[in-house]
Amino acid sequence: MSGSDPVPAGDPALRAAVDDFAYPPADAPAADAQLVQLLTPEGERVDYPGYSVDLTDDEYRALYRDLVLVRRIDVEATALQRQGELGIWASLLGQEAAQVGSGRALRPNDMAFPTYREHGVAWCRDVDPLTLLGLYRGVSNGGWDPADKNFHLYAIVIGSQTLHATGYAMGIQKDGTDDAVIAYFGDGASSQGDVNEAFVFAAVYNAPVVFFCQNNQWAISEPLERQTRIPLYQRSRGFGFPGVRVDGNDVLATLAVTRKALDDARSGQGPTLVEAYTYRMGAHTTSDDPTRYRLASELEAWKLKDPIERMKSFLYKNRLGGPDFFGQVEAEADELAAYVRKGCLEMADPEPLVAFDHVYAEEHPLVAAERAAYADYLESFADALPLDALPLDAPPLGAESAH
Amino acid sequence: MATVTLAKALNEGLRQAMETDSKVLIMGEDVGKLGGVFRVTDGLQKDFGEDRVIDTPLAESGIVGTAIGLAIRGYRPVCEIQFDGFVYPAYDQIVSQLAKMHYRSKGSVKLPVVIRIPFGGGIGAVEHHSESPEAYFAHTAGLRVVACSNPVDAYFMIQQAITCDDPVIFFEPKRRYWEKADLDPAVAPGPLFASRVVRPGAHATVVAYGPMVRVAMDAATAAEDDGHSIEVIDLRTLSPLDMAPVYDSVRRTGHLVVVHEAPVNVGLGAEIAARVTEECFYSLQAPVLRVGGFDTPYPPSRLEEDYLPDLDRVLDAVERSLRL
Repeated sequence: MSGSDPVPAGDPALRAAVDDFAYPPADAPAADAQLVQLLTPEGERVDYPGYSVDLTDDEYRALYRDLVLVRRIDVEATALQRQGELGIWASLLGQEAAQVGSGRALRPNDMAFPTYREHGVAWCRDVDPLTLLGLYRGVSNGGWDPADKNFHLYAIVIGSQTLHATGYAMGIQKDGTDDAVIAYFGDGASSQGDVNEAFVFAAVYNAPVVFFCQNNQWAISEPLERQTRIPLYQRSRGFGFPGVRVDGNDVLATLAVTRKALDDARSGQGPTLVEAYTYRMGAHTTSDDPTRYRLASELEAWKLKDPIERMKSFLYKNRLGGPDFFGQVEAEADELAAYVRKGCLEMADPEPLVAFDHVYAEEHPLVAAERAAYADYLESFADALPLDALPLDAPPLGAESAH
Repeated sequence: MATVTLAKALNEGLRQAMETDSKVLIMGEDVGKLGGVFRVTDGLQKDFGEDRVIDTPLAESGIVGTAIGLAIRGYRPVCEIQFDGFVYPAYDQIVSQLAKMHYRSKGSVKLPVVIRIPFGGGIGAVEHHSESPEAYFAHTAGLRVVACSNPVDAYFMIQQAITCDDPVIFFEPKRRYWEKADLDPAVAPGPLFASRVVRPGAHATVVAYGPMVRVAMDAATAAEDDGHSIEVIDLRTLSPLDMAPVYDSVRRTGHLVVVHEAPVNVGLGAEIAARVTEECFYSLQAPVLRVGGFDTPYPPSRLEEDYLPDLDRVLDAVERSLRL
């Protein structure tokens, strides 16, 4: 290899450079790590300078419940896709803590701009999971009112929403309120021009926005080191605002870090980049096959850092939850899964003319004319015999006249 | 009544819109202290403050993307794209985000964003400063596209675009910025999304918009010498197209020539020709002809007089049509 050859993704040295740490060795003081962690993978509560959570017993239990229910929605949706009820599904498996921790850090008036994988944040914003399924079933393009729960539409063109979040935050500044905004995106989107432009705008206007990057290590098949040569949280430094890396599988740390970043934003200290270091335990979407590009051993290693298991251990160890509580959450999850399944199966296809709705806020003559023409066209079949009314043994239509 | 240039008329229109609605913002590169490279926003930052007339970082996608966010928050941003050829970095934000949000949200998110684009050639500029990208936007559902051709329209159309609840791509004929007309702000304007017959005639119809309206008018005057009476229609709105005045005219004249600076291939002229063929087939005495830029990149400016349709090329097309 000559000196000018590009370093191939997957090179261990390159990987080490973007990791900046591995998960710290068990005997290392957590404070030495670059990773904010308040709950170890074994469920031990640890301290990290500058970040803390002081929750009631009920609040700890509520976070656990969120994690379990969110995963259950995800598992059910994946099953529904496999059974042909959804066209596609983007699983959040493994990212529950990053989403619940950040989602629960938001105040009601704060605004969230999600990507297409933020089902856990949607849950925290009280968005009906069936609304999300409608997008993946193909009966809507989202279709919810973002102002309803302060949860914007899913963004599919990755990174585009970070600019919307920044503009919204600039609006908050003009309004003079103390609301804040959170923009979700991933390690892949961190390469997008829009994300970098959002960093510039947010920095120069000091906009109250938190850039919440879930680094789940994979952008479909491309590993992190194909997106960056430095740890992602350090990107913000060049734009002039702080960045912090949090254990994205630790719901307590994610909550603490996001809450602080939002508080900084609302108190006029401008944007923060939060890199939630996590792992996409599932495929990119149900259409993806991760066995083509990553090793099973990697997944096995991350399973030991599962966000739900560590919270469960924590609750057990601190006698905050026992079999009754865990059983009760499981039962609730079963109920939720049944609700999701039933609602999905009952979701009817929209009427054809719905395709013409809401193209414009004000009447547009071309759309109106095309709608009318298509309605007439459909109407022209009204007198035709429905196909399912034909007897099964009937000759093909037109067969007689062909004789 | 005052005599104003087209640039000044836009400036006055923007000022009026900002005075009427405190949610109206102006964003763009050099729109503040400098007043825009064409001075269209001259003096507005001084009078309305940096909070409402915002000099942005030099990033077009960022300008439009943050304007979308501001609109979601309830503002009515007017973005200036400095030159036509600089709009493409914002293309995703315009075509995938701005245009589709209302549809995707089933009508709950309105994005009343105006994107002003000085367009077209004729000022001897270097490359990427003389383009006519209107067809890209007119092709996109969810956007409205208009082009003003004169100071009076500029004054009213910019205000009407700002009050529209849909995103509007607002094309300004940059080589006409310095043309003057008498403006009476008290006159009630016609609707924004309407074409207009600007010169009646009997023998042939010429449809144009933006900077080409002046060329079409001059051609019509010149044609009088040859005994040809040409009706000129200023299209004004490119999405939606307002075809009724065009159909009405073609049914009377039987001849149609469409003129634009943009390349002819898959341009607005193609759509207009197709629709006129559908609606006025038996009135047409000749095929619809198009006069436009070449299907080349915009050439070096020393060649732009060849590229840009002028009076002679318009008359040539009219005569070819009338001979048929």
